[in-house]
Amino acid sequence: MIEELSNGDSLIQSLDPRVKIVLVFLFSIVVAVSNRLPVLMWALALGLLIVLSARVPAKELLRRLIPVNMLIVFLWLFLPFTFAGKPLFYIGSLPVTREGVMYAASISIKSNAMMLMLIALVATTSIFTLGHAMHELGIPKKIVHLFFFTFRYIHVIHREYVRLLNSMKIRGFKPKNSLHTYRSFAYMVGMLLIRSLDRAQRVHNAMMCRGYKGKLYSLSKFSLKGRDVISIVLMLAVIIVLGVLEWKKMN
Amino acid sequence: MEKNELIINLEDIAFSYPGGTPVLDMLNFKLHRSNRIGLMGPNGSGKTTLVHLIMGLLKPSAGRIEIFKKSAVTEKDFRKVRGKIGLLFQDADDQLFSPTVLEDVAFGPLNLGKSQDEAMDIARNTLKFLGLEGFEDRITYKLSGGEKKLVSLATILAMEPEVLLLDEPISGLDDKTKATLKNVLLDLDLSYILISHEIDFLADITDSIYTMENGKILIDQEIHVHQHVHAHPHGAYAHKHK
Repeated sequence: MIEELSNGDSLIQSLDPRVKIVLVFLFSIVVAVSNRLPVLMWALALGLLIVLSARVPAKELLRRLIPVNMLIVFLWLFLPFTFAGKPLFYIGSLPVTREGVMYAASISIKSNAMMLMLIALVATTSIFTLGHAMHELGIPKKIVHLFFFTFRYIHVIHREYVRLLNSMKIRGFKPKNSLHTYRSFAYMVGMLLIRSLDRAQRVHNAMMCRGYKGKLYSLSKFSLKGRDVISIVLMLAVIIVLGVLEWKKMN
Repeated sequence: MEKNELIINLEDIAFSYPGGTPVLDMLNFKLHRSNRIGLMGPNGSGKTTLVHLIMGLLKPSAGRIEIFKKSAVTEKDFRKVRGKIGLLFQDADDQLFSPTVLEDVAFGPLNLGKSQDEAMDIARNTLKFLGLEGFEDRITYKLSGGEKKLVSLATILAMEPEVLLLDEPISGLDDKTKATLKNVLLDLDLSYILISHEIDFLADITDSIYTMENGKILIDQEIHVHQHVHAHPHGAYAHKHK
């Protein structure tokens, strides 16, 4: 499900995870509020460059980009027709507006640029390093704990789901558009919720038995090195340039 | 430490789950130092409830719990108890919550106030003791059932407990892992309560076997070694003689 992809020794992999999180965060904000096409194109190019230098395998890259772009396909089905503006051409009696196309294009580029950056971040950092880095950055403890436990138990819950589904299948259950199907699925979801709740209670008990007092300890230590500082300066410069390019349009 | 010091003393314990019939009813139980007690009983007879009461995860509706000669009532009392008594849960997935094995084993020692380096050392040594060298960076959810059980035991032993409570430690394990577990328990100089349905396993590594029924601990069966002769209808694989 969520795995560390690259096990090479790219520069990005060796960067301090805190630096990576902060830079991806700043990049995403600037890209999200930008609307000028050239700015977005540069952002996309930057995203591509970073992902390539992180050496994420092409197949894995595509597998992660597809879900985002599925949503974007739907935007392309509606936005060009529903956005008010100058008609570019007509499909039947429906006008395709220039503004609509531009809007859909900018959303597509934006999301892909941000996704590429996120993939580069997640692919080069193990989940628990990411969690500890979040903690070091002062992100509230509860969010970090949620992050950890979600990662750890999503597999267990998924396995429970598969077990339930199999037990339904071996008794001849075939999903149909019937009340029986809906009721059975509702039972299964309910059962999953109850089991998750029970498991949460048992995990908490087990942690209490080992002296848990509300604190998780990190075994990894982070330190800023020369290349981290250089990366911060370089990336900040690029992000600022993107921001300035976007802002100049306003005047 | 005196040899026969009373470690756990339960007196007239009653317990019932909300809206249910009583699980434990006027139960009395004593564990002395270096006792190795096996606990058997039908499903739902209250074996797990009993060990959870000892750890303070459940509170009795009546009766007294005395651990290390101190009465244990509040959460604060039980926090001290948990540093000295280790509970191995039935389901290893409940016990292992950290992403990597080393982090999970170091979690207990860190909670007990050890420094990071000390905790890592303890964790490494414990893993080594259990023959789990090289498991440090393994991802906990990807371990096999037997490996999960042994790592769970490591997380308990890393806290250097004086007493172990083992809740069905061998259910679902293969013969090899069972044998490893048996040898580890024989090597350790610890008192323990071992819940299991397998009388052979209990007979090998406990001094006495108690049976639970109707919310009480019934009889104290001393283990009597005896020989018996029988045929092996399923070949030598069914079980091997030493």
